[in-house]
Amino acid sequence: MTVTRIGEAVRRKEDHRFITGKGQYTDDIFRPRQTHAYFLRSPHAHARIRRLDTAEAAAMPGVVGILTGKDLAEDKIGDLICGWMIHDIHGQPMKMGSHPALAKEKVRYVGDHVAVVIAERLDQARDAAEAIEVDYEVLPAVADLATATDATAALVHDEIAGNLAFEWHLGHKAMTDHAFERAHHVTRLDIVNNRLVPNPMEPRAAIGEYDSGNDSFTLWTTSQNPHVARLVLSAFVGIAPEHKLRVIAPDVGGGFGSKIFIYAEETVCAWASKRVGRPVKWTSDRSEAFLSDAHGRDHITTAELALDERGKITALRVKTRANMGAYLSTFASSIPTYLYATLLSGQYDIPAIHAAVEAVYTTTAPVDAYRGAGRPEATFVVERLAEAAAREIGMDPADFRKKNFIRKFPHQTPVIMTYDIGNYRASLDKAMEIADVKGFNRRRRQSAREGKLRGLGYSCYIEACGIAPSQAVGSLGAGVGLWESAEVRVNPTGNVEVLTGSHSHGQGHETTFAQLVSDRLGIPIEQVTVVHGDTDKVQFGMGTYGSRSGAVGMSAIVKALDKVEAKAKKIASHLLEAAEADIEFKDGKFSVAGTDRSIDFASVALNAYVAHKFPTSEIEPGLKEGAFYDPVNFTFPAGTHICELEIDPATGRTTICNWTAVDDFGVVINPMIVEGQVHGGIAQGVGQALLEGAAYDRDGQLVTGSFMDYAMPRADDLPSFKMGFTETKCPSNPLGIKGCGEAGAIAAPAAVMNAITDALGTEAVPMPATPQTVWKIARTRAAPRAAE
Amino acid sequence: MFAFTYHRPSSVRKAAALAASVADGKLLAGGHTLIPTLKQRLAAPGDVIDLGGIPDLAGIELRGRTLSIGAMTRHAEVAASPVVKEAVPALAYLAGLIGDPAVRNRGTIGGSIANNDPSADYPAACLGLGATIITSQRRIEADDFFTGLFETALEPGEIITRIAFPAVKKAAYVKFANPASRYAMVGVFAAKRTADIRVAVTGASQSGVFRWTEAEEALKKRFAGRSLDGLSLPADDMISDLHGSGEYRAHLVGVIAQRAVEAAAG
Ligand SMILES: Cc1cc2nc3c(=O)[nH]c(=O)nc-3n(C[C@H](O)[C@H](O)[C@H](O)COP(=O)(O)OP(=O)(O)OC[C@H]3O[C@@H](n4cnc5c(N)ncnc54)[C@H](O)[C@@H]3O)c2cc1C
Repeated sequence: MTVTRIGEAVRRKEDHRFITGKGQYTDDIFRPRQTHAYFLRSPHAHARIRRLDTAEAAAMPGVVGILTGKDLAEDKIGDLICGWMIHDIHGQPMKMGSHPALAKEKVRYVGDHVAVVIAERLDQARDAAEAIEVDYEVLPAVADLATATDATAALVHDEIAGNLAFEWHLGHKAMTDHAFERAHHVTRLDIVNNRLVPNPMEPRAAIGEYDSGNDSFTLWTTSQNPHVARLVLSAFVGIAPEHKLRVIAPDVGGGFGSKIFIYAEETVCAWASKRVGRPVKWTSDRSEAFLSDAHGRDHITTAELALDERGKITALRVKTRANMGAYLSTFASSIPTYLYATLLSGQYDIPAIHAAVEAVYTTTAPVDAYRGAGRPEATFVVERLAEAAAREIGMDPADFRKKNFIRKFPHQTPVIMTYDIGNYRASLDKAMEIADVKGFNRRRRQSAREGKLRGLGYSCYIEACGIAPSQAVGSLGAGVGLWESAEVRVNPTGNVEVLTGSHSHGQGHETTFAQLVSDRLGIPIEQVTVVHGDTDKVQFGMGTYGSRSGAVGMSAIVKALDKVEAKAKKIASHLLEAAEADIEFKDGKFSVAGTDRSIDFASVALNAYVAHKFPTSEIEPGLKEGAFYDPVNFTFPAGTHICELEIDPATGRTTICNWTAVDDFGVVINPMIVEGQVHGGIAQGVGQALLEGAAYDRDGQLVTGSFMDYAMPRADDLPSFKMGFTETKCPSNPLGIKGCGEAGAIAAPAAVMNAITDALGTEAVPMPATPQTVWKIARTRAAPRAAE
Repeated sequence: MFAFTYHRPSSVRKAAALAASVADGKLLAGGHTLIPTLKQRLAAPGDVIDLGGIPDLAGIELRGRTLSIGAMTRHAEVAASPVVKEAVPALAYLAGLIGDPAVRNRGTIGGSIANNDPSADYPAACLGLGATIITSQRRIEADDFFTGLFETALEPGEIITRIAFPAVKKAAYVKFANPASRYAMVGVFAAKRTADIRVAVTGASQSGVFRWTEAEEALKKRFAGRSLDGLSLPADDMISDLHGSGEYRAHLVGVIAQRAVEAAAG
């Protein structure tokens, strides 16, 4: 039994459970007398409900209850909320359309919730749902983002003119416009950041259970942030007071953001369990997930870059229209604003930036955070512009970046962020070496001989993680602070439970967090258990998203460990009969400086509880400490990804030949887990670039509603990644870590598209660059670039 | 899924008798098409007749120059079979391209052919090799079997028992997979057996799998990819969807057919 150090690639502790089928996901939980919920969903994108008749359905076999928006109103259950208030360019609050968990007068997207049927069995609930009579007055769909604000477009929310949730901007407009007027060269791109369906492996699920004896509720739900879910369901939706609502998120099988939000289904399961007096369970099927999980991205952007005569960037100007879908989901408003425009400086020293954003309602599923959340969209804009600008002025794209990199830190960008530290040149140089950029032209000529088009693209991404300093985000509109909490409970026998407000949905916290404790306390990793995901067990916490659990969640654990160590030292001083100042703690041993007298951690723990050998009037018995950690800044992971690919112009098929990722995540706790996070992120980014694209038709029907039509990346779509790290320690948190969960998804789309546009010799290639899309472009291009 | 009565007969005769005696029965093979259809409530058969317990429907044999594959043979078995690899290597290769391991371990050749999905792979092999479909009632030439989208010459209750393929070495299948479903967006099976040259195309046409006779004619002069230069199919007849327009599919047929012929000519 040895200590596991920070930096060791130990295997994941939780995998034994997952691999042997012993994971406990929400759907694995069976409550006595549980019933099953089936949601009747709107088949129309936009309709007024003239009449809703549940009488016949309610009499069908097995039906326990049918509930509608009327019943919600009767119980004074509030709307679902958006927790980030944006003030528009006129200083007015954003326009939030009413978002009831079950429709009241109107339905606003295909999949919107009309009624819930609760029955003994799921098939009975479904049968009954089919018997519900709904008389819809079908209204025109607003499915096309580009025309959604036209005067002729129908209104998604009758009271919100022009379907505009808000117009917002960031940066200095006059300065930016002035720089463009004086620019030596302007590069302009029209960009569509395609809409994505998150598709975590585990679909969403919920069980609500009401205990009439205690007048309290328990909700099991697939959540990345159970405390936030409880807060929203209590304080805003009004299911029950916080102390009467326990939210448990057991094992969660992926989320990518989509399980941050508080949805209609879990709200209804919790509420309905009191109505019907029995537990109510719902598990999404994959078709429902396509329709009703919050989607990601979906921007239309025009972006311009101004350059001086030496190729130095002087300004960046961006106009973005962001699709919000039918309702503002829990954090929707923050994504195309403070998580997007604040990253538009990329890795570059840009004196003037201006971003104008319109957030628009359409009759489609709500759009919210999806792996990266705003930051992939920003990196895509900046990195496509950088590549295109370099090509236009005839400069090597790597040289162009080197010329414009930020070199001095801290660096204040024109868009709020203060980058604390980084070495962008180091990552680029290392990536170029690993990718053998020097040999690229030779490989390109070889491809050309075989009738193939080869391209190479860079993506020098940056992201803001470690979300977030509470005061700072509060001043920008966040409804909550974004600190994190931890409690370290040392048991009498010296093993440890760590209670964290973060919650793993696949990231391996049970390993990484335990590794930190093992390293710090000098106890084997096996003697550390991580407890999370249950509001009755764990103190309030903010959950897992925005690559925050390392930088913020683990910093809270460090703070708690500091306190544990301080107290243990006090106790050790009594046990060793020495002055507290002389006690040193190293490798799991407390010793008296300059002597060979020592005592191990487990003995101190035992003595802390036995409490025979120290004055309890001075030192409380026990060894358990809590901490709340509020970050002082965001963290800024950054790096370079290089994609090299080959196109078969005859079919349009793109094959990725080489992928190099060099990331600076600061200190890395477990390189294996970190690499895994990057692998997954790249896969999703490649998915966005080459395969994935959610499409609604003119009537607002989701035409990519299953895996038959929505293409997910598979292992054989990807090469074996070549990875490297550079390290600048994050100065703002005790461990020096920055975060790694989203980097791959942020970096990858631009790298792929820069390589494809390089291969095809045109900038106008939309995502996803499917074989058909690429073929259409390839056949209009005369010959491969190498032949020029 | 709606409730149904489940049967597991032990012989083709009993299965056929059952199928004839019930009003709306459905034969169940690997269930990889039927079960999802039931789960989505797109079909509601009163009786499901599972063919999994019939020994006669299993097995792969080579008799002389004829390779006979039982209808219940899983794709994975065909892909891995040394007998198939020896007699018709292209067929084993094709089976290995179907779906993923789970699909290949459940899906059957009989189910695939009976279903005649316009994007399925096996129909191309049957037409491309000139296979014979043997049923509980008769023998049907592949040329007469595939009659349209999801349509075959099978009568209600008629059961495919075996498929007989001629042993052909000069044959190849090239599949251009739909990026989402991985079914064939265009799949071409090209084969040359003495004077008989066949080019069968799946995935592309609105009327399902077909023989590209123009290409076959051209290849009679010389069995080489080049011989197809300049040949094209009308885009109007092709499937047009999110993944590929008729024009794109028509183009792909040309490209993939050339590659298939080159691979077959070896
Ligand atoms: C995820 C996925 C991916 C797939 N990818 C591919 C692919 O890439 N290429 C491809 O070609 N296919 C693909 N398939 C289809 C699959 O390979 C099967 O071939 C197909 O589902 C039918 O075979 P089955 O044995 O499952 O038939 P079943 O689903 O059991 O039956 C299908 C139909 O055939 C009838 N039937 C079955 N057996 C007989 C018989 N002996 N006589 C008469 N009628 C019969 C049934 O009544 C039913 O109507 C895929 C399927 C899935 C689920």
